[in-house]
Amino acid sequence: MGRKIFGVVLAVIAAFAVGGIALQREEPINALWIVTAAVCIYLLGYRFYAAWITAKVLSVDVTRAAPAERLNNGRDFVPTHRWVVFGHHFAAIAGPGPLVGPTLAAQFGYLPGTLWILVGSVLGGCVQDMIILFLSMRRDGRSLGQMARDELGPIGGVAALIGTLMIMVILIAVLGLVVVNAMKHSPWATSTVAATIPIAIFIGFYLRRIRPGRVLEGTVIGVVLLVLSVWGGGLVAQSESLRGWFDHPGAPLALGVIVYGWCAAILPVWMLLAPRDYLSTFLKLGVVAMLAIAIVIMHPVLKMPAITQFADGTGPLFSGKIFPFVFITIACGAISGFHALVSSGTTPKLITNEPDVRLVGYGSMALESFVGIMAMIAATLLDPGVYFAINTGAGVVGAAAADAVQTISGWGFPVTVQQMQDLAKEMGESTLFARTGGAPSLAVGMASIFGTSFGRSLMSVWYHFAIMFEAVFILTTVDAGTRVGRFMVQDLMGQVWQPMLRTSWYPSILISSTIIVAGWGYFLYIGVIDPNGGINILWPLFGISNQMLACIALSVATGVLIKKGNLKHALVAFAPLAWLSFVTTVAAVQKIFSADPKLGFFAAANDLAAKLAAGSLPADRAAVAPQLIFNQHLDGWLTVFFTIVLWVVIGDMVRVAYRSIRGLPVPQGSEAAYIRSQLNAATGTVDGVGTPSEARA
Amino acid sequence: MKQAIATAKTVWECVRTASGDNAYERYLTHHAQAHRGTVPLTRREFYAQMTEQKWSGVSRCC
Repeated sequence: MGRKIFGVVLAVIAAFAVGGIALQREEPINALWIVTAAVCIYLLGYRFYAAWITAKVLSVDVTRAAPAERLNNGRDFVPTHRWVVFGHHFAAIAGPGPLVGPTLAAQFGYLPGTLWILVGSVLGGCVQDMIILFLSMRRDGRSLGQMARDELGPIGGVAALIGTLMIMVILIAVLGLVVVNAMKHSPWATSTVAATIPIAIFIGFYLRRIRPGRVLEGTVIGVVLLVLSVWGGGLVAQSESLRGWFDHPGAPLALGVIVYGWCAAILPVWMLLAPRDYLSTFLKLGVVAMLAIAIVIMHPVLKMPAITQFADGTGPLFSGKIFPFVFITIACGAISGFHALVSSGTTPKLITNEPDVRLVGYGSMALESFVGIMAMIAATLLDPGVYFAINTGAGVVGAAAADAVQTISGWGFPVTVQQMQDLAKEMGESTLFARTGGAPSLAVGMASIFGTSFGRSLMSVWYHFAIMFEAVFILTTVDAGTRVGRFMVQDLMGQVWQPMLRTSWYPSILISSTIIVAGWGYFLYIGVIDPNGGINILWPLFGISNQMLACIALSVATGVLIKKGNLKHALVAFAPLAWLSFVTTVAAVQKIFSADPKLGFFAAANDLAAKLAAGSLPADRAAVAPQLIFNQHLDGWLTVFFTIVLWVVIGDMVRVAYRSIRGLPVPQGSEAAYIRSQLNAATGTVDGVGTPSEARA
Repeated sequence: MKQAIATAKTVWECVRTASGDNAYERYLTHHAQAHRGTVPLTRREFYAQMTEQKWSGVSRCC
């Protein structure tokens, strides 16, 4: 054991030294160093920390039958090869979050975000995903909400349910905003994204009627059509007669996304959601692999400084100091509460063998975190001036190109109007100024990586391929999230009025879908009319709500581990919980109480109200001011609400922990009884992990 | 060479399993073992049920 720890310490020091040396000499750093350091750290975490947790803390038992074996029904409970479950689980947790978060956090420089992605995932996110997966597997695949209720009590259960619903609304709104901003006044992007809808529907019919269940066939046809749609979008953008159809400002596009989301929620899943998901999963895995290869081929030098002056809180993408906001902004690349929902959903029902939780839970999150690292590289290999010109809202630097470049160059990140025009032309766009939301700058970054590695002549196609990839990805999350939200609303309303519980009864579907779409549609619309781009408000709110959900998951994990009796072992969940709840609370307090109108929600509302009353706002901004003021208040109260929910759950966990330590009665939990596995014990397929159970029958 | 073909076959089966392409075949195998004597679902019915089931919980993330 001692040698192992020594190995870990040595390797971590070595990895960080590489980054440290480059940093101290003020030399630009090559992305390959970051990739190398990241891969080493994931491997070390996986090999040592995760192995230790599974063996000692969770005591995974290779002889114990997993629910997939005990409850095998050939459908959702199916013993499945661990690499297949890994693929399944990774496809489920990987979303647009780790692409957008690091892109925004790059305003602090490449170093702070990168460090948190690595440390946060290895010690926090991966551990959370793995423990929740393990707990759910031991409880026949119970959901996070059910486990919170069983292990902590009804308060924890209700908090988890409400937390999930709220995060869903904010998440969909912010992702919708990312797509809208990517399509704004871009006929190419808009027509390509629009084409993905009929393509998905066609594949839906193909898989349902023409060749039922031939998933790979359908997917391959769909992906070919998607690639053609990127090419077709280019033709649309060049055609004088067609481009007008797809050239729109933000508000109508937002309306389009809202109507689309509503339709997707009420249509049968096989028609739109399921086929879209096959396509998006295929693209997702393909692009992630391609990006990794291309980064190694290109091995770009990062042009962004390690740390920028915006660490002091004056950043143009979003306000707030590096602490706590780098932790809030990175979100899913380091730790995501949302993953706990997937880890306690379909995945635990597929695991054949208890030790597999290490590969599936810890390993998938490590890979997801690596996607975050690649997004960080794609953002920081751009000229910083270009990065800020793309990502800063017109409300911050001015709508005129000349004003924007002057302001940004004044920050010490030189950029010219000519440079931006050339870049926009190369990417096939009319302008790249103020394309907030992260998607366009990520697409420019990805296009440079792909273009340099696989052929520069097609830059504009690569750019729109990247936009299409992000949009397909995001719209899948919009569809799936709206649907889950719909079920939750049906469930909640069903408590009051029974018929709402009939999930396939059309009036119930229509009412609940309308409620959930109205919820996220509202935030999306406000984000679109916000002159600062909306992302700077919505993303921190999303980060806070997602981390709050992570805190709920970690509270459940801590509670269970304390009840098992070993307090030291409970630290593996408690330590990330303590840090995360601290960071999230500090961020929430700043968003609520800060007197700086750029940072505090209420301060912003008061500031805008004062300006409106004094008549100092231009006419167009005065027109939307009342809505923005109301929204800032709403966001402020939401943050208050999130913080209260967070501390109620932590309080509940502390109560259970205290009672457990004092030997008082605590909820007994719902762990299934030991049954000897016929699958694993007989063949003895173990890879060194797994301890025999104490309760051998 | 034989080894390479065998590996490729394993990988292909893994891809089919992961994507759900062979879910129906696996269901038939399971059905033949566990529910002998009853009529299994048709491919179309099975696919419809699977799809409905997959999307009734949280199966996609941010």
